[in-house]
Amino acid sequence: MNAYAFIENLKYMGVGMLGIFLVIGMIVLCTMLINRLFSGKTK
Amino acid sequence: MKELLELFSSFGHITFGHVIMWLIGGILIYLAIKKDMEPTLLLPMGFGAILVNLPFSGAIGAEGPLTTLFNAGISNELFPLILFIGIGAMIDFGPLLSNPKLMIFGAAAQFGIFFTLCLASMFFDINDAASIAIIGAADGPTAISVAIKLGSQYLGAIMVAAYSYMALVPIIQPPVIKLLTTKKERMIRMPYEGKSVSKTTKILFPIIITVIAGLFSPESVALVGFLMFGNLIRECGVLDSLSETAQKVLANLITIFLGITIACQMEAEKFLQKETLLILGLGLFAFIFDTAGGVLFAKLINLFSKKKINPMIGAAGISAFPMSGRVVHKMGIKEDPQNFLLMHSIGVNVSGQIASVIAGGLILKFFM
Repeated sequence: MNAYAFIENLKYMGVGMLGIFLVIGMIVLCTMLINRLFSGKTK
Repeated sequence: MKELLELFSSFGHITFGHVIMWLIGGILIYLAIKKDMEPTLLLPMGFGAILVNLPFSGAIGAEGPLTTLFNAGISNELFPLILFIGIGAMIDFGPLLSNPKLMIFGAAAQFGIFFTLCLASMFFDINDAASIAIIGAADGPTAISVAIKLGSQYLGAIMVAAYSYMALVPIIQPPVIKLLTTKKERMIRMPYEGKSVSKTTKILFPIIITVIAGLFSPESVALVGFLMFGNLIRECGVLDSLSETAQKVLANLITIFLGITIACQMEAEKFLQKETLLILGLGLFAFIFDTAGGVLFAKLINLFSKKKINPMIGAAGISAFPMSGRVVHKMGIKEDPQNFLLMHSIGVNVSGQIASVIAGGLILKFFM
């Protein structure tokens, strides 16, 4: 068991979670934009 | 006499490992039939485990059909990607599109993947650790694709863990949610204001997601793209027969091949290692910390938000669709029979599907 590996790989947790929030954040903004542009059209 | 003895030649090669794998196969079949736990995958996997653990089995090897199918569709990730077309065609993003902000809970609920990556790296090399961590994506095709691409030698154990825990979501999630929330928080009401979503939005959404995810993580284009292609077939309105085929015939056909072919990785020598138990344990951690990540993030939002969110919906961000959404809804009803969280929890659940695929792409970006 290599306990040091847990600390060493925390950077992936940080970058990974930041990355997911960044991508999802962009998707949310784009979705809100297209909702605004195309709302009121028939479903 | 010699020919008669030849008939029994295989019996002498039955090992203890074979017998254990027959039992494991039998347990998977029992869980599938009697307990209705992900029967579409557990039954073929269980039967396949028996097939590949018969001495000198003709199902595997150079000319074995299971090995041929494995090389044709698993080792090149083709089967899971084609299955994603069917899954995409089944998903209705409407509840999510009417309230896109719910997607952030899908993101938060991928925490378990990265936390498990750190844990698993203490016991495995980094590629195997990443392949084990992706069990937390709670998504079979993503788990298979990532594990194959990273060259993990534990594909069988990873698949058994992933699909078993997906089926156990109604048992795994509630205790974690109750531990992290108060009764008052669980009773927070969230009235649903269903906003209409235009057809144009529903058509543009899968295209936009593919482009954004693909630009950030090119490795995820196949995963995201096939999922969104299936959704586009569903939403375009002019391909109803293709949508129906994707949702039913295609998804069922690939599921049959996927389940029984994954069993190639369940030969006794590969599966019966101490690492298998460790992988099963780490997979459970991944699901637990996914749930915790989503709930705690919702509680964090509540600290700054005037309009309170029921923190249980954060737990629905795990990609086990639609079970996780239903679990949260049922827990809400149990606390307050007038509290209908279903539309919110399903919206978050669907966003978890997107977030889990993006997480898979990021994992591939880091370690390929």
